[in-house]
Amino acid sequence: MLKKYSFLIIGLFFIWIFSAAIPPFQNTSNKASMQRGEKVYNKVCLPCHMADGGGVPNMNPPLIQTSYVLGDKTKLISIVLHGMTDRVAIDGDYYSNNMAPHNDLTDQQIADVLTFVRNSFGNKASAITPTEVKLVRFKKK
Amino acid sequence: MKKLFLSLAVTTISAFFVQVHSTVYNDSTIQKPAVIVPDPDNAGLILPKGFGALKVTDAYGKPRHITVTPEGYIYVKLARLFNGNGIYLLKDKNGDGRVDEGNGFGNYIGTGIALKNGYLYASSDENVYRYKLNNQHEVLTPNQPEEIIHGLLNRREHESKSITLDNDGNIYVNVGAYSNACQVQDRVAGSPGMKPCPILDSAGGIWQFKADQLHQTYGNGVHYATGLRNVVGLDWNTQTNSLFVMQHGRDQLHDNWPNLYTIQQSAELPAECMYELYKGANAGWPYIYYDQIQHKKILAPEYGGDGKKTAGEDAINPVIAFPGHLAPDGLLFYTGNMFPEKYKHGAFIAFHGSWNRAPLPQEGYYVVFVPFKDGKPTGKWEVFANGFAGKAPITSARNAHRPCGLAQGPDGSLYVTDDNKGAIYRIIYTGKE
Repeated sequence: MLKKYSFLIIGLFFIWIFSAAIPPFQNTSNKASMQRGEKVYNKVCLPCHMADGGGVPNMNPPLIQTSYVLGDKTKLISIVLHGMTDRVAIDGDYYSNNMAPHNDLTDQQIADVLTFVRNSFGNKASAITPTEVKLVRFKKK
Repeated sequence: MKKLFLSLAVTTISAFFVQVHSTVYNDSTIQKPAVIVPDPDNAGLILPKGFGALKVTDAYGKPRHITVTPEGYIYVKLARLFNGNGIYLLKDKNGDGRVDEGNGFGNYIGTGIALKNGYLYASSDENVYRYKLNNQHEVLTPNQPEEIIHGLLNRREHESKSITLDNDGNIYVNVGAYSNACQVQDRVAGSPGMKPCPILDSAGGIWQFKADQLHQTYGNGVHYATGLRNVVGLDWNTQTNSLFVMQHGRDQLHDNWPNLYTIQQSAELPAECMYELYKGANAGWPYIYYDQIQHKKILAPEYGGDGKKTAGEDAINPVIAFPGHLAPDGLLFYTGNMFPEKYKHGAFIAFHGSWNRAPLPQEGYYVVFVPFKDGKPTGKWEVFANGFAGKAPITSARNAHRPCGLAQGPDGSLYVTDDNKGAIYRIIYTGKE
């Protein structure tokens, strides 16, 4: 009995996870994701990271060619979801402002904005999917 | 032959010039000509008529605050270690006003630096040290500073500890609040303000300590003033015998409260304020901010404000208020004799320049002058030195020279540091148009 239900729960879990992997038509194009991502960027990210992605010296880190943006996707998604208050060097420099968590954004919005950031300001990196965001959101910090 | 004669003539004339027009200072190796010549383009600065500027160096990292000795030697505190050093003593050896020699020491980063009664004072982001000076104002034991204050809070945000001294043996230190508006969650949209704000017991204010006692910390000092979010520029006014500070006002009124503030309002508000402080003064952060358009103290949205409700009856008013986010990092009351009379006892303010006016163009990146009479501002403030960030509109701080520290030279020159690209400017009055 219990076994049967747990099977069902696991099954539902996988359907939930992969539901975003089979996206509706408007999500299939990377270009569309970039365009949506730019809108999210301008509203949520630009006030601190600036229009050119260059950030503010000593305060808000740049998003241009940094290991945080181009590197591990999970870490990058986690920063958007949970914010960042640690004092760590980003490519050798320190930044003092706290970043607020943005878990109010949807998986799709986070995927779009990170795809936009990873392919703007001279960056070139793979797109991020809503599924990848969902997996990080589901995983406890 | 003609060539030889010409070069001989030039040598003779220049030798004569040096003989007549140079003053030999105490240090016999340094000869100073009577006239320092500005750079042809005034080092890129736009100045009032009769003023000129020269870039004395840009080769020593990221200088924050600066002080100049009676000999004209420069001490700068650096935001990042440069060749392992956090402080540099810079000297002009040939008398042309430009730095020819730099000696580094102090293996810590920081902001504050000041000279007083035979000592050099310098701050890290947690501690304040002092160094005994010889009669040439050179540090005697650069590797053995005396720690006078330790353990001041550094929680990343607003970590600079800037310092100034009065004439009664006290040193004043800013401890900035490690928060934007004392929200439960810093910089998170809609997050309410903590009441009472727990930050204020050990940050968000000015502390007074004894300038000559070692190993002091909070318990040994006087909690001089509170309700100050972050102060970087501060100076002791010897005319009024009181402390003046420049507060950095809070950020993100629109980002965090989009239903209450437009992007335009958020770019202009709240004011960057100059306060005259006395013991026990409260400037009201985080509960209120000063609105320079309404000329009122307004209840912060984190505490139930709506942009109109006033509050903070017990909080002091600013002496003068500037537009939002210009980031005042340096304050200096001018006591020199080089500049025209109107500048005497007035205040120069170095505005580092804004970042959080985006998406609108950024502002600041200039040095402002406020005329004073009998310890009070007498008129409107004016931009004194501009052009640090190139031509408007400014969209990014990254490539700009950013004014930070101010100092007065023995001849009355005004020195300005730039902690982004590392320039140190010297502004002089030539009287020429």
